[in-house]
Amino acid sequence: MAENVRPRVKAPRQASAGETVTIKTLISHPMESGQRKDSDGNTIPRSIIHRFTCEFNGEMVVDVTMEPAISTNPYFEFEAVVPEAGDFKFTWYDDDGDVYEDTQSVAMA
Amino acid sequence: MTMTRRNVMVMGAGAFVALGLPMQASAAAEDAISEFTGGADVASEGVTLTAPEIAENGNTVPIEIDAPGAEAVLILAMGNPTPGVAQFNFGPLAASQSASTRIRLAGTQDVVAVARMKDGSFAQASSNIKVTIGGCGG
Repeated sequence: MAENVRPRVKAPRQASAGETVTIKTLISHPMESGQRKDSDGNTIPRSIIHRFTCEFNGEMVVDVTMEPAISTNPYFEFEAVVPEAGDFKFTWYDDDGDVYEDTQSVAMA
Repeated sequence: MTMTRRNVMVMGAGAFVALGLPMQASAAAEDAISEFTGGADVASEGVTLTAPEIAENGNTVPIEIDAPGAEAVLILAMGNPTPGVAQFNFGPLAASQSASTRIRLAGTQDVVAVARMKDGSFAQASSNIKVTIGGCGG
């Protein structure tokens, strides 16, 4: 189990119908690539977040498959359309089976 | 210099080694591209990959992709131990088929973005990034 995993999301709290909003997400995670060795020469096993999804009211915005070449503390920035008031749901899937979630409500301006 | 049979053999072997090594290194990346495209033709226009020319720290290299009309974009680092970086699948609520993230690069190399458009065609862009300190530990 990865420790101190904390998702952070920056999305507007208000938008008008059909507006394009920019979303930034960051999650603290070591993203151990499986390439590094410890001081005894043993390979440190891979432990990364391998998938990230963003949905709005159940409709997909972006679905990212990640490999070990994604940096520590994976960061994503993308744009979404907000057709109505609702919730953005962000989900990160860890190699060890953990799922980290965050939601952000958007109200109509 | 006269071209004896032995000279030709040595030169041939040298050329094989010189050509063979870089091709082997990117064979996995080429496989990943052909698996993604299914062997279809890949256009050079239609996807933009924005990346720094020189990255001081290979552990976090900011990159940005922009592929209007794409439904999926595959990013590969041709010189990494494993070439795969990420695949972005854009859903119906994506306002633009663009995204930015930060990636790890083992050394100076080409980064390639391949986009699959909604009409089934493919586009590719690549960018050479010079890395001062590699980002794969060791």
